[in-house]
Amino acid sequence: MRATSQDQAVERRSTDDREWTRQHLLDVDDLSGDEIDLLMETTDSMKEVLGRDVPRVPTLRGRTIVTLFYEASTRTRASFELAGKALGADVINVAAGGSSVEKGESLIDTVRTLQAVGADVLVMRHGSSGAPHLVARHIRSSVINAGDGWHAHPTQALLDLYTMRAHLGDVRGRRVVIVGDIAHSRVARSNIWLLSKAGAEVTVCGPATLLPAGLRPGDPPTEDPAALPRVNVETDLDAAVEGADVVMALRLQKERMSGGLLPSLREYARLYQLNESRLARAASGALVMHPGPINEGVEISPAVASSLQSVIDEQVTNGVAVRMAVLLLMCGVKRA
Amino acid sequence: MSDITVRGGRVLDPANGFDAVADVVVRKGVVVELAKPGGKASGETIDAAGLVVCPGFVDIHAHLREPGFEHKETIATGTQAAARGGFTTVCAMPNTEPATDSAGAVEFILRTAAAKGVVRVLPIGCVTKGRAGHELAELSELADAGVVAFSDDGAPVTDAALMRRALEYAGMLQTPVIDHAEEPALAAGGVMHEGWVSTRLGLRGVPAAAEETAVARDIALAETTGSRVHIAHISTAGSVELVRAAKARGLPVTAEVTPHHLTLTHEAVLTGPSEGGALAYDTNAKVNPPLRTPEDVAACVAGLLDATIDCIATDHAPHATQDKLCEFDAAAMGISGLETALALCLTAIPLEAAVERLTIAPATTLELARHVPGIGSLSKGAPGDVVIIDPEAEWTVEPETFASLGKNTPLAGRTLKGRVVATVYGGKVVYDAR
Repeated sequence: MRATSQDQAVERRSTDDREWTRQHLLDVDDLSGDEIDLLMETTDSMKEVLGRDVPRVPTLRGRTIVTLFYEASTRTRASFELAGKALGADVINVAAGGSSVEKGESLIDTVRTLQAVGADVLVMRHGSSGAPHLVARHIRSSVINAGDGWHAHPTQALLDLYTMRAHLGDVRGRRVVIVGDIAHSRVARSNIWLLSKAGAEVTVCGPATLLPAGLRPGDPPTEDPAALPRVNVETDLDAAVEGADVVMALRLQKERMSGGLLPSLREYARLYQLNESRLARAASGALVMHPGPINEGVEISPAVASSLQSVIDEQVTNGVAVRMAVLLLMCGVKRA
Repeated sequence: MSDITVRGGRVLDPANGFDAVADVVVRKGVVVELAKPGGKASGETIDAAGLVVCPGFVDIHAHLREPGFEHKETIATGTQAAARGGFTTVCAMPNTEPATDSAGAVEFILRTAAAKGVVRVLPIGCVTKGRAGHELAELSELADAGVVAFSDDGAPVTDAALMRRALEYAGMLQTPVIDHAEEPALAAGGVMHEGWVSTRLGLRGVPAAAEETAVARDIALAETTGSRVHIAHISTAGSVELVRAAKARGLPVTAEVTPHHLTLTHEAVLTGPSEGGALAYDTNAKVNPPLRTPEDVAACVAGLLDATIDCIATDHAPHATQDKLCEFDAAAMGISGLETALALCLTAIPLEAAVERLTIAPATTLELARHVPGIGSLSKGAPGDVVIIDPEAEWTVEPETFASLGKNTPLAGRTLKGRVVATVYGGKVVYDAR
């Protein structure tokens, strides 16, 4: 075996003096600057591991990670599975469709069962906002939120920030535009939190029907410290992208049309598709991002999606490294 | 029916404008006089010195769940909860299984209440068959069987034409219609108030307009028909303003507000009973209509104090533990409210106002004296329903000690001021915490 010194570097990371004490990762809203830095630096190490000929380390050998997905997902679930396996953990995937969930078992009973069979970490996705918070109150295993309803998707925001930092360095003062269905997006919410913490200037952009209460044009700002951080709100994408350093387009769910929220995909694309002429208004070399999966020709024009400014594939690769970092830090937690 | 004398308390009887230290004398289950303190008494006595004595509270909006949902509440446990909360009369909403849309269903409730209940139960009948919103229930037969009002509560009467006919028909029977004012298309799928908290939590919101458009419709129909409409559990500043304007025009509109809409905001969903820490997604704060903003709460309090809102009603909605111990989206809506009502109200409004809005005001709102003469008062000949309260006593809400099977309250662990010391129904002590 080669690179044992690098394995030791990986081991050392978890005993860094800025120790990770968080049992669960439910959102990014309460991460400290030190925690964010630790996650980013640990991700650097994981990127290094993934760059090796044999991208494996045995750090989490003997640990069991269970992914519990109540919603369909390809990349997030696969990304966590790859991350766990790259660290030597046993990974078990439970799709809610194929388990006792179909027989009417409650969420709490399901996760208690998974805990009883030895899950150290539960990676869960659920269609109901707050479901991982409920679970975290009822089990001793670590809970990683892999997306809950419209609420949060912490590892997506972390991989987005990591990708931005890789290109821009510090994002402090950088202008990031998030365009699309803000109201129903957990990606948007977690990115608003994390980018605000990191000092970026965030603008959300979308039609008024896809902006949530408090973020619609003319809504009075909420002063409550528990509210989402203040962001700029814009319904005109041309105006929003002016001088932007990053433009992140969100996936548009087709069911928004039937809900009367949008007239048609065609009209949405006419107003909110990131195309070459709109991107030309952004800062030179501005990054184009998308959490995937893309509706081809809707959120981003094919030319822009495949342009050199697009870092969409890199987001996916970084996603594995970020999730390795999260798993590693979570498994290093000393429990009482 | 028994004899009892409640001695030496401060007697507050808003129906008669009475506020003085006196003995309340009940003979054969009926109030015979408010006597000068210190007179001789026969039969059982309760020493109420230093306490407040008032007519038993009247709740015109409660869910007793029986028949059909006995794992959530029964008439026995619901009336025990009522007694603990100082209520001697409970109007039972008809969203049972089967729904209270027939004389037989009404008779079941009355018979069960007589056999197992510890306070008075007055049934409310459905507006439509099966609460389905399609055809009128047999309202006249229901009225003859003893219902005091009609409502499809839990669901609005969505069809405006059907609501119009219901008001016309119920007006003929001189029985009020209570509407759960909600425009379903606007409320669809919503699980909390639409505002910054729902945005923060990523939960689907119910806009204030879902209630206000329905209240506006009901007011227009009250004007069209001349029949009275009663708005259940009003919750927004806009609704209060609509009712205020309607009353100013002399329209036959009344409204009630719950203790929780007088005191709690949508932030209760965020923080749960203990402030700070991780997001709570507190399912015990999930209720319909949802807890709203501080501005809405202030408007409800002001509306209650200026008589725009006629009275307080609990909307006691007990649920089993598993109905709440689940994802927020999946959780049942409702708060178990009978046992915290008084204390919660006292955090919002003065004692004298609270007693009035819990006694004679609700009785008058549904014209309950037509069914029970003297109800909500300590008038001579009124039922011997008396509650003794200590408005200064502090206590901590411990849901596990509730008589109600529904332990679902967002107030667990909260210290409140104002406690029921004893409840007398028909001259008999039905709750005694001394």
